[in-house]
Amino acid sequence: MNDKILIAGNWAIGEAAIRAGCRFYAGYPITPQNELTEYMAENMRRVEGGTFIQAESEIAAVNMVLGASTAGARAMTSSSSPGISLKQEGISALAADELPAVIVNMMRDGPGLGNILPSQGDYFQATRGGGHGDYRTIVLAPASVQELADLTMDAFDLADKYRNPVMILGDGMTGQMMEPVEFGKPRPRRYSEKYILKGAGEGKSKFVRALILDALRMEEHNWKLVRKYRVVEQNEVRFETYKTGNARLIIIAYGIAARIAKGAINRLRDSGMKVGLIRPITLWPFPAQIIRDTAERIDRFLVFEMSTGQMIDDVKLALEGKGHVSFYGRPGGVVPTPAELAKAIVQEYRR
Amino acid sequence: MKKVFSRPKSLKSTPFHYCAGCGHSIIHRVLCEVIDELGIRGITIGVPPAGCAVVAYNYFDVDMLEAPHGRGCAVATGIKRTLPDRIVFSYQGDGDLAAIGTAETFHAANRGENITVIFINNAIYGMTGGQMAPTTLLGQASTTSPPGRNAILDGHPIRMSEILANLEGTVYIERVSVNSAQNILRAKKAVKKAFQCQMDGAGFNMIEVLSQCPTNWKMNAVEACRWVDEVMSKTFPIGVIKDTVKGRKDAD
Amino acid sequence: MVKAHIVIDRELCKECHLCILACKKSLIIATAELNSKGYHPVVRKEAEGCTGCTLCAISCPEVAIEVYRER
Repeated sequence: MNDKILIAGNWAIGEAAIRAGCRFYAGYPITPQNELTEYMAENMRRVEGGTFIQAESEIAAVNMVLGASTAGARAMTSSSSPGISLKQEGISALAADELPAVIVNMMRDGPGLGNILPSQGDYFQATRGGGHGDYRTIVLAPASVQELADLTMDAFDLADKYRNPVMILGDGMTGQMMEPVEFGKPRPRRYSEKYILKGAGEGKSKFVRALILDALRMEEHNWKLVRKYRVVEQNEVRFETYKTGNARLIIIAYGIAARIAKGAINRLRDSGMKVGLIRPITLWPFPAQIIRDTAERIDRFLVFEMSTGQMIDDVKLALEGKGHVSFYGRPGGVVPTPAELAKAIVQEYRR
Repeated sequence: MKKVFSRPKSLKSTPFHYCAGCGHSIIHRVLCEVIDELGIRGITIGVPPAGCAVVAYNYFDVDMLEAPHGRGCAVATGIKRTLPDRIVFSYQGDGDLAAIGTAETFHAANRGENITVIFINNAIYGMTGGQMAPTTLLGQASTTSPPGRNAILDGHPIRMSEILANLEGTVYIERVSVNSAQNILRAKKAVKKAFQCQMDGAGFNMIEVLSQCPTNWKMNAVEACRWVDEVMSKTFPIGVIKDTVKGRKDAD
Repeated sequence: MVKAHIVIDRELCKECHLCILACKKSLIIATAELNSKGYHPVVRKEAEGCTGCTLCAISCPEVAIEVYRER
């Protein structure tokens, strides 16, 4: 039976979250993700044990998620760029406390109030901590509404598996786009009771905290988190390669930029140019290995981002000096057409 | 001989790190006595603050979750909405509740979250070394108001209990002190009533505790206790601020 | 006359003297001795008169005082 429905990105995230067992959502209105908050308002109250709170701020929302997650709920909050800035302390706390949670960022342009158009200017914020301290957030970058749905469901599983915050890094365009989606079957939750605070009962009391005053014990905790992150790096890298087989130039792009890149690549392939795409799906852990491997036989890379250039740093780190990396970027909320990108690629290709 | 006074069971035997005469020590014990008497140790979850009581989990033998500074009421909301049949309390100082956490406190109160807030008001920032608090009295010296709090430059001290009492969502708010045995017993009654409110599903309840801080007030414990009566309670009057316990509040 | 006495844990005492303030019979006194934390712990006087009212124990922030009372 075909369960495919036509649905907008922001709604798909909400529906996927609920199907994945999300039972606590707190959020604050901010364009361009309001449809998600509203979807949760409408639908969380229909599921048993579901809680929706329109919080007084993005700060309050992420702290409510902190409480709900500790109490054992699959918890989610969402916002867009400036609101995600506000959540950073909370995300740092989630990581320090080793608590699962899903944070959705439907990126708009910045810095500051910016505008409400799609952008990819939060890559650094998402992958370089964003909040203070030595921690990592798992970052997933969907490029279609189907992927928004799939990766949202995966996000809850990854959050539980690694006891870590997981971010869905979408953008204003994918949030608004309507595409056909078939929701996957959710996996049963695997999360140990011993991490949940629900009252000591007859036994010993537990506490969850990030403050560790003793330097050596704090150091131990930091290295413990690093060991966990190494496991994530080994096991959870995701990417897509598109027409890279005989390519002479590789585009590297994620999210909506990758959709545009595919459009550009298809046009260029039609006119005989050998261009391919590596599309990171996890931005952290970054798919460095595939880029390194590709650099063994192809030495031209063009990074395309809807920003002034953030992921390009990770590409260069991955290449460790090999190959030649150039950049094409459109910040400001500008969404270039595939034709426009194709022109830029041609210029690079002919160099 | 019968033992008629001893450490409550929910209070761990770890010696307090708080200063001699500190109100935290007293109110920790009072809270634990109430938790024992109500038999709720196994279903209580507390949220300690950033502040001197950040390590409250070393003393309370109940499940506890540390909140980022000021966010206690939001964190407590998340816990309580997820586990509505547990007793959830946040324990916050004046900076935590009334400066950085004002919005979270105000809105949890406004939503009528069925939680108990223990608000420790010592009119100064303790842990960070004596800076001005939202509740520092006019004329009171602090490290960030060296000549004394000035109404024009620094504003007036904030009476959070009275402000929150104006919100429909709050049902029971009382201000108490712990500077004498008699006041401690009254404080215990108030705390017990607050937890009972929560057990009855009545709504947001708060106990504001005027708490002596000998170290940052630059007095000894006896003088600090006297200062609460003679000076502090003139700005922060002791007593019931609001009591409209209505009965069970539905989650919808 | 009710027979009662208190037991003070000298290691917990931080010499805040709130118990001395609380005792209506002046049965607790300061000392010049030192505990291992560097405080001069208070002691109960070797005298009659304690009624086991528990005001000292209630006032003690450190929970350093236990009170025993005859039935």
